[in-house]
Amino acid sequence: MATTKDPRPYLDPYAAGALLGVVLFAAFYVTGGGLGASAAMSRVQTGLLDLVAPGHVDRVAYFAEMAGGSRSPWDHSSIWMLLGTILGGFTSGLFNRRLKLELRKGPSITTSTRVVFALLGGAVMGYGARLARGCTSGQALSGGAVLSVGSWAFAISIFASAYAVAWFVRRLWN
Amino acid sequence: MAPFDLSAFGPIGTALTFVAVGFGFGAVLELGGFGDTRKLAGQFYLRDMTVLKVMFTGIVVAAVLVAGATAFGLLDMSRVWVNPTYLWPGILGGLVMGVGFILGGFCPGTSVVAASTLKIDGMIFLAGALVGVWLFGETVSLYEPFFNSSSMGRFTLADWLGLPVGVTLLLVVLAALAMFWAGGLAEQYVGQKKAWAEISLVPRHARKAAAAALVLGTLVVLVRGQPTPAQKFELLGEAARTPVAERAIFAHPAEVVALRKDLSLRVAVLDLRQEHDFNLFHVGGARRVAPADLARREVLKPLLEQPASTVTFLVANGEGPALEAWKALRASGVQNLYVVEGGVNRWLELYPADACVATPAAPAAAGEDPLGWRFAFATGSSLPSAWPELPSSRAFRSPCAPPASGEAHHAGGGKGRRWPDHLYARKVKLQSKAGVKGGCG
Repeated sequence: MATTKDPRPYLDPYAAGALLGVVLFAAFYVTGGGLGASAAMSRVQTGLLDLVAPGHVDRVAYFAEMAGGSRSPWDHSSIWMLLGTILGGFTSGLFNRRLKLELRKGPSITTSTRVVFALLGGAVMGYGARLARGCTSGQALSGGAVLSVGSWAFAISIFASAYAVAWFVRRLWN
Repeated sequence: MAPFDLSAFGPIGTALTFVAVGFGFGAVLELGGFGDTRKLAGQFYLRDMTVLKVMFTGIVVAAVLVAGATAFGLLDMSRVWVNPTYLWPGILGGLVMGVGFILGGFCPGTSVVAASTLKIDGMIFLAGALVGVWLFGETVSLYEPFFNSSSMGRFTLADWLGLPVGVTLLLVVLAALAMFWAGGLAEQYVGQKKAWAEISLVPRHARKAAAAALVLGTLVVLVRGQPTPAQKFELLGEAARTPVAERAIFAHPAEVVALRKDLSLRVAVLDLRQEHDFNLFHVGGARRVAPADLARREVLKPLLEQPASTVTFLVANGEGPALEAWKALRASGVQNLYVVEGGVNRWLELYPADACVATPAAPAAAGEDPLGWRFAFATGSSLPSAWPELPSSRAFRSPCAPPASGEAHHAGGGKGRRWPDHLYARKVKLQSKAGVKGGCG
């Protein structure tokens, strides 16, 4: 018998997937665009860079497009969506008793290994997400639902690549 | 018709809309277990198929709902953002991200959810991702040609396969179901360590019912079919019909001539007439398009991808076929589109050819969009009337009377043409596409 302090179990994946589909459809229906996260990250990063090195932001075309001159990188719908994503995750975590300060990792690695690989993986992921013009949500999920060829090619490559590398780094997760 | 014009909600309403959408996104990811890195990584050791199940269920459910809403005229697909295809950068980016996924245990969206439920590894991954996007911004200029290569624009699986949307969707749904089935077997064998003999090949009843409902929904979309351009125009309602009724989309020929002199614009003229009329006379630079070809991808796609400073004029002999083409192209989402008022017949009244070349002729058959001029020979766009804006047109000597001796080499001398500056009401208002990009775009 679960005590009241135990986290609730996760939703059935197909049910969660169906809900995700409904949210994604609602996004298309209301805003004309899908979901996403990495564009907002790019804007947060550019915004932070703009605080320390505005001249540099103005000179690098990729950043200048978001924050050159008087442009504000924060004034964008993706930033609002990011804020909503944080609130949504937090609220669901709160109600399902999964809000807990902790570090999760595979069973056979140390905390510091996990920290290093999370940082490294994040950097590789962030780089790839901009190269692919979208992350798993903005490109694979959203583009996949409107049957974009590029999004499907992207989704297949991300899975193929992760499966190909998984065996070599199995110690991280097993 | 959806999607909505968010600017009507005001800046705060727009912001709240995106917060609400993001809230749903974050909550669902958290509910599905996407905040747990071990669950995500489990996907790639075949013991936990949650990622595959949630993601592809999400994709196919949304795909059926989007195509269904479009089929039933609730959603204007031409205003929905479809991620443009940059094939090779996308594939390479995907391969890079796969490595990042297995090393770091998250993708950007899931790391946000993990961080929001206070998972330290999610926060660290997020910090790493900020470094990654920064490095990309610093280095993309080194290989920009590749980053912008293999650009195919808006290119869907239906376009690629040359199949109707409904059929494509059915194939995608069936492929996803097959993948779920195989994934379920792998999960039982690897994850739950069951022997093959214990694994049931038949899914549970609830799963079978859900799969059947999904396939049924897809079949409804398939049978219903996507609306034709004419139907789409009707669905657009008042907003599209009013400009036609008020003649706001009919531009005076003199406005076309004036805009062709404006170097900040690109003026395109599409001629919807039969080939023989086109050969007799057409506006300079006009391109002939058969009305039946307007729905074809090769014709439509370049029109949709024209630079934002392009104004496209449609012309017929009268206005009928041009107006029909306007409706179809408007429904398909072509911007800055106008009909030449009165067509070629009116054009030639305002910028007449010489009497020995073309004379007014009584229309042969009413309702067939007849050319109201009789030409002595085919002129194409060689007459000054085709290029009224050019100074050389004004200096063009009439072929009807031989030049008087002595003034043969004086361009602009002799009987130079002086068309009056026609007065007109300006109709063209340049609009830029207010496209919403995907969050990751």
